[in-house]
Amino acid sequence: MDTVLLSRLQFAATAAFHFIFVPLTLGLSILVAYMETKYVRTGDKDYLRMAKFWGRLFVINFALGVVTGITMEFQFGMNWAEYSRYVGDIFGSPLAIEATVAFFLESTFLGVWIFGWNKISPKLHALSIWLVALATNLSALWILIANGWMQHPVGYVINNNRAEMVDFWAVVTNAYGLLKFAHTVLSGWVVAGFFVLGISAYHLLNKNETEFFKKCLKIGAIFALVSSILVAAVGDFHAKEVAHTQPTKLAAMESLWNTTTNAPMYLLLIPDPENEKNSVEAIGIPSMLSILAGKKEIKGLKEFSPSERPPVTLTFVSFRLMVGLGFLFILLTLLVLIKFRYIENSTIFLKLLLWSIPLPYIAGQLGWIVAEVGRQPWIVYGLLKTTDAVSKAVEPSQVLASLIGFTVFYGALGIIDIYLLAKYARKGPEPKEV
Amino acid sequence: MEFQIIWFILWGLLWAVYFALDGFDFGAGILYPFIAKDEMDKKAVIHAIGPVWNGNEVWLITAGGATFAAFPTTYAYMFSYLYTPLLIILFALILRGVAVEFRPKAVTDTQKKLWDIGIFLGSLIPSLLFGVAFGNIFMGLKFDDSGYYGTLFSLLNPYGLLVGLLFLFTFIVHGGLWISLKVQDTLAEKAMARAKKFWYLQAICAVLFLILTAVFTNLYDNFLKLPFWFAVPALAVTCLLVTGFYIMKNKRGRAFISSALFIISLVFSGVIGLYPNLIPSSIDSKYSLTLFNSSSSPYTLKIMTIVIIIFVPIVLFYQAWTYKTFMYKITEKELKEEGY
Repeated sequence: MDTVLLSRLQFAATAAFHFIFVPLTLGLSILVAYMETKYVRTGDKDYLRMAKFWGRLFVINFALGVVTGITMEFQFGMNWAEYSRYVGDIFGSPLAIEATVAFFLESTFLGVWIFGWNKISPKLHALSIWLVALATNLSALWILIANGWMQHPVGYVINNNRAEMVDFWAVVTNAYGLLKFAHTVLSGWVVAGFFVLGISAYHLLNKNETEFFKKCLKIGAIFALVSSILVAAVGDFHAKEVAHTQPTKLAAMESLWNTTTNAPMYLLLIPDPENEKNSVEAIGIPSMLSILAGKKEIKGLKEFSPSERPPVTLTFVSFRLMVGLGFLFILLTLLVLIKFRYIENSTIFLKLLLWSIPLPYIAGQLGWIVAEVGRQPWIVYGLLKTTDAVSKAVEPSQVLASLIGFTVFYGALGIIDIYLLAKYARKGPEPKEV
Repeated sequence: MEFQIIWFILWGLLWAVYFALDGFDFGAGILYPFIAKDEMDKKAVIHAIGPVWNGNEVWLITAGGATFAAFPTTYAYMFSYLYTPLLIILFALILRGVAVEFRPKAVTDTQKKLWDIGIFLGSLIPSLLFGVAFGNIFMGLKFDDSGYYGTLFSLLNPYGLLVGLLFLFTFIVHGGLWISLKVQDTLAEKAMARAKKFWYLQAICAVLFLILTAVFTNLYDNFLKLPFWFAVPALAVTCLLVTGFYIMKNKRGRAFISSALFIISLVFSGVIGLYPNLIPSSIDSKYSLTLFNSSSSPYTLKIMTIVIIIFVPIVLFYQAWTYKTFMYKITEKELKEEGY
């Protein structure tokens, strides 16, 4: 195996692992902040217990988000030196700004929140978790501005054999990055909503603190419902942007081979990339793809040479599954709210909610596959190929060794994390009136 | 002043602040298994760094990010040339972070023991290896325009190891002083005793460093050209002596502050000696990565300067506030109710 493939595998593995922890923190920080604010406002001790219970799960998760984040930063230089050299003038800025503007705020005030219960006033304490929530989401903004630039480079010139920034504002307001930010952050909120729903459902199943967890269930359901509707809405805009800027990705997402006007969308479709066609195309909705993409004429994959097409099947399947899951989330959360009054009695539905916890995580990972696999063979769309981006000074054996190291190490950490989350989730909140 | 020079200074400053801050929680992590004998002691030491280690480590991420943004070519080559040592540092940092957060949640003795080892190794390895890395950067790395010729073992040369030990002992002293400020009674005395012992080792390494730097590196050239810069290493020496003095006098707060100033002036001594290089080539200086040939465009540097000038003071302000808020002696009562 060569350095490119190994480095790609390593980046995919470490990014996917990092993204197990990040999405939950995006939404759960907001929910904890909301609960604590409710407590400060009303003095209702239940909300305090809530903030502490969900906050503890947040903290367990946060630690791994941080440490796996350092890996991401290091890897750009370690494995993708030519990429870093080529785009550092532009790509480095949002990363540095993320650390300076958001990450300090997040880490510092999480420390204050964890250890500050008896050291600062309740109002200041609630403020610190709001700052954590703000900073977490702000972090995502800068990272996705950086990623958005890789997807749709703007505000640069090629000079000195690298991309140089000429318009910072264009980089920051890149529609691709901002839509991706909104789509990703909202999907993280869905993850958090379902996390709260699932764990609350578990306790309702066990008839543990029914009143307390019904309150949690309601908060989680409303948050997840609003977020999942917004994710879908933003996703629609995002797809239009993709159609506009990344025609190969869109064609792969829909497995569209020939350029088509008023392109239909097939509900049942099986791609056959080897023969540059689809082996099954059935139940077409006329013009639907063109309407969703916001363009009358959609370019097919055959317009591009095979060396410039992304892997079609993986992109296509990931996209379909992600969208399908997205609709399922809206449906499930609506059902929770409809059945809310007697929900503690519907065992099957509660079990379903418990087992739904991983689904938004999966949807998020699938979304990243669409975004990153769908961009291939480019690392910076239209500018720099992935094969030209790897470190020249690094041997395949080094990457192989580190890949094995990451797999073993991350695997162990993942197991420990799930064990701890499950343990503290099961334990439930602190007993009343300690 | 040119933006490149501003960023060179900032580059040094970010590393200096990083070592001055994360240095003490590394030191605390190294001393931890030796001075904390019972469960209460262990909880106390972890609690001593718990509220701040995370915020401290962000300085590393910022130093990395700033290198990426301001000196992308240096970033690219430094990280890929030093692949293996950085990977080891990375694994150690991950291990330590997780261990500090999860140790308080361990139930069985085996789990506790494993996290204890994690805290120790995760603090020891980066302390030593950061020193080794900087020692080798001072000497220059073996690279030309076709690539890098060193290995992990070529980095472990006598000078690199000496700087590694200097970092290690410095952080141990720094960490010992921090613990002595944060915990009570016997535990604080134990930490103080270790700080005293390791101060001697630190001083010996510092003297050897001053001498051998002349033998193995070109760092002194810049100082000989403009002798007033000798003020910075002289300040480092003074801070080290003052640290020792306050340790003997048992003035812990003052000793800690002068220890931090020692770290900052030590890093700046190296940075001044390196100028205009970020990573010198030991093969031929024409291949060296300098702040002029490896920087971002003036436009990017200008934008980044504006961002940094606005936000770094804000960060310093709220981090200082955090330190003030948590600047108290940890009580036993507090450790008992600690639920996180």
